[in-house]
Amino acid sequence: MAKKKFVVGCFDDEAALFPAVKKVRTAGYKIHDVYTPFAVHGLDHALGLRETSLHTAGFIYGITGTSTALSCISWIFTKDWPLNIGGKPHFALPAWIPIMFELTVLFAAVGMVLTFLYICQLGPFVKKHHFHARATDDLFVMVIECTDKTNVDDLRGFLSSNGAIETDCQIAEEGWWIGKYDNDDMPFENKQIVVA
Amino acid sequence: MASLRTQFEVPGKMKTWSYALIGIGLVALVYGMITKGFSSDEHEQVHFWGTLMYNSIFWTLICNASMFFISVTTLAQAGFTQTFRRIPEAISTLVPIFGIITFAVLMYIVFSHNHHIYHWLDAEAVAADPILKGKSGFLNPTFFVIWTTLTIALWSFLGWRIRKLNNEADEAAMNNETGAKFILRGTVRAAMFTAWFGLTVGSTIPWLWMMSIDAHWYSTMYSWYTFVSSFVAGMSLVALWVIYLKNKGYLELTSQEHLHDIGKFMFAFSIFWTYLWFSQYMLIWYANIPEETIYFKHRVQGPYKGIFFFNLIVNFLCPLLILMKRSAKRNYTLVTFMAVLIIFGHWVDFYQMVMGSLSKEHVTLGWLDFGILIFFVGMMIMFVSKALASKPLIAKHHPYLKESIIHQV
Repeated sequence: MAKKKFVVGCFDDEAALFPAVKKVRTAGYKIHDVYTPFAVHGLDHALGLRETSLHTAGFIYGITGTSTALSCISWIFTKDWPLNIGGKPHFALPAWIPIMFELTVLFAAVGMVLTFLYICQLGPFVKKHHFHARATDDLFVMVIECTDKTNVDDLRGFLSSNGAIETDCQIAEEGWWIGKYDNDDMPFENKQIVVA
Repeated sequence: MASLRTQFEVPGKMKTWSYALIGIGLVALVYGMITKGFSSDEHEQVHFWGTLMYNSIFWTLICNASMFFISVTTLAQAGFTQTFRRIPEAISTLVPIFGIITFAVLMYIVFSHNHHIYHWLDAEAVAADPILKGKSGFLNPTFFVIWTTLTIALWSFLGWRIRKLNNEADEAAMNNETGAKFILRGTVRAAMFTAWFGLTVGSTIPWLWMMSIDAHWYSTMYSWYTFVSSFVAGMSLVALWVIYLKNKGYLELTSQEHLHDIGKFMFAFSIFWTYLWFSQYMLIWYANIPEETIYFKHRVQGPYKGIFFFNLIVNFLCPLLILMKRSAKRNYTLVTFMAVLIIFGHWVDFYQMVMGSLSKEHVTLGWLDFGILIFFVGMMIMFVSKALASKPLIAKHHPYLKESIIHQV
């Protein structure tokens, strides 16, 4: 995975976070992500994130479950091994609907959980860089991706003047990886790499 | 708040339309009553009184569903309803009016001993029939009359108390203490209504009024099924009024977020309706016992086949596929379309529940059904608009109002 340079600004109040997000975006910086201790209403709009497609994926998984169940049972009960159960027709649709429903739910639920984990880059043994240990506690952490032209000092000053109580610059993995945290990326030591 | 348009004025056009609809409906009603209701032919009689009965029950129940919606959201301490709560309140003012119509129709049927509609009214047949004899503690004219009277009176009274309490939120600002007291009083009143609603719509009333047409047959699902049918249609009615008022420039504080929640109710309870529809059907299909399958015989294989499956398409497939997407529930045009479709679909559902048992040989859906439907629609428009105009559209001192304004889904 590629390592990138990030400027991190920490806010202690969501009321300060919203105007800062707006100003940073207007100024043309690319926000990598904002880490908050709890779900903040309206932050996705402020960040300009597109609506998730998770539900579309869920619908497709559900349809797959329904058709898997229907094709499986109908083949078994009409072609492979027809049984006379209480004089019912071989193609006994009402009796199958509960199973079709169950498989719809099963496929949709499991599929959506796995998709959600993939989108959020979460999973067992999977590691991600923590930009600030207090992001899970009481800080709102805004991470801005730097380009070649980004002046880090200017950006840090810009964040501070917009209410960030703490800023720093880190070179870190942007995505997830499988394995251990290597020494440079120990999250709780929060080593700061100063770039001149 | 001063800039909000909180006072609804009934447009002249709306009045004209409601009078016209009531007029047309009355003509159909009176003509039907003369030619069918009081004719000597028992089939014609059953046709007329059955049609009038399912229409009045349907409209009473969907208006009552509004009050149930208010009660359960109050019990759940839901704040989002506050910006449009006066609409279900206005719809629920119809419960006494439609209740009296329903009461009159049911009492006429019982006191004229119309045993072609309610077989259990025939005392001789009951005495000779062990099944009806066993049910006679429940299915007898005395209990029917007392329970029906109590039901309609208490729906009206308990609903009126809830509406009356909410008027206090128009008058004076509340502090923390009086606000908490106000919420508690509302919760108690809502709990009383919900308990009575559960005892009536949730169980006994559909058994008495509609299921007892098939006096030998029973289904424990039936009341839930009726309740969900009326609730989902009731939510659609609320949605229609919300959208109408939004279109006229009222309800500035109600937004897509609130519509989204109403849309979710319409979607979720359509699915729940299907769940009960299917549970009732499948168990009887599976067991295949003649005295149970008799209910479905003429519905699934007889003349009602088309209506029965049309019902499933309109009330299940359409809401499922059309209302599933988030953007659909936030789209005013789509929700309007779906609301009309759902109300119509559940009206047809009530039609087949009642007339499917009364007229087994042929489908009676025709001018009389639509005429009486128009009569009720006209009454609904007239009384709901009057009730809306009688109060501000927003109870501006309600403790939950702010929560509702900033509501976001």
